[in-house]
Amino acid sequence: MREVGTPLETLHEIRDMMEKSSRFLSLSGLSGIFAGLFALAGAAAAYWHLGLSLRDPAYHQYAYTEGRLNSDFISFVLADALLVLVAAITAGIYFTARKARKQGQSLWGFTARRLVFSMTIPLVAGGVFCLALIYHGVMGLAAPATLIFYGLALLNGSKYTLHDVRYLGITQIILGVIASFFVGYGLLFWALGFGVMHIVYGTLMYYKYER
Amino acid sequence: MKELLEHINKAFESKARLGIMSALMVNDQLDFNALKELLDLTDGNLASHLKALEEGQYIGVHKQFVGRKPNTTYHATETGRKAFSDHLRALEKLINGNR
Repeated sequence: MREVGTPLETLHEIRDMMEKSSRFLSLSGLSGIFAGLFALAGAAAAYWHLGLSLRDPAYHQYAYTEGRLNSDFISFVLADALLVLVAAITAGIYFTARKARKQGQSLWGFTARRLVFSMTIPLVAGGVFCLALIYHGVMGLAAPATLIFYGLALLNGSKYTLHDVRYLGITQIILGVIASFFVGYGLLFWALGFGVMHIVYGTLMYYKYER
Repeated sequence: MKELLEHINKAFESKARLGIMSALMVNDQLDFNALKELLDLTDGNLASHLKALEEGQYIGVHKQFVGRKPNTTYHATETGRKAFSDHLRALEKLINGNR
């Protein structure tokens, strides 16, 4: 085993080890940018499909016909959301794996697992809660709820990854809370949070850590 | 110079032991595999460094079973934390002294 170098080198090694043992640092900004692009595409598809306009963007009025769930609407929204989710996760894993490989870190090491598990509980709770909202006929609150729970998941996960994720989480929570009072604009807030903010923070993180 | 070196702890001289202590300072506990992943050492090599730190009472060991698999976790003891902080301070002094 080689002996440690100069005191300064040693201090750097200590700091690096403390960082990489407590946080998953391979999260790529490009993952965020692509998640944002897919979210915008998904929101645009919903606008186009439902024939919404910026002056009348209330998606939830189409959710129920005569007080009953409109199954066409629900299946479209769920398919759209699922497609965005799968595309975002696939791109997210791809770019993060690429960064991890460059850094010589493993993609699915214990820090990555800790990050994912810390996000899972708020996300699952939020997902079930959104289904309950749809079930009870308050579809209009589903978009704000996804923002709030996703923000909470990021806030919780940020302890185990790059610090910037914390501010992205807080931003999503704020947007979600505001959106819950402007129910008609849910989809716009959703596009702002999941689309624009992912791109903004992704770009920020990309230039900060990967250039 | 002599008193500056006084707190430079021999137990933390090797890169591996320093790495183990650094990781355990910021994590409540880590298991063997996590440490192996972080330090990129062979099982035998890591085990011998852990043994040495354990004998110096710098780290504590918990053995338990997760299902049927044995799982060993390590944590820094009070002694270990104090010794590591002293070591850090001594390194800082060395750096400032050399300026």
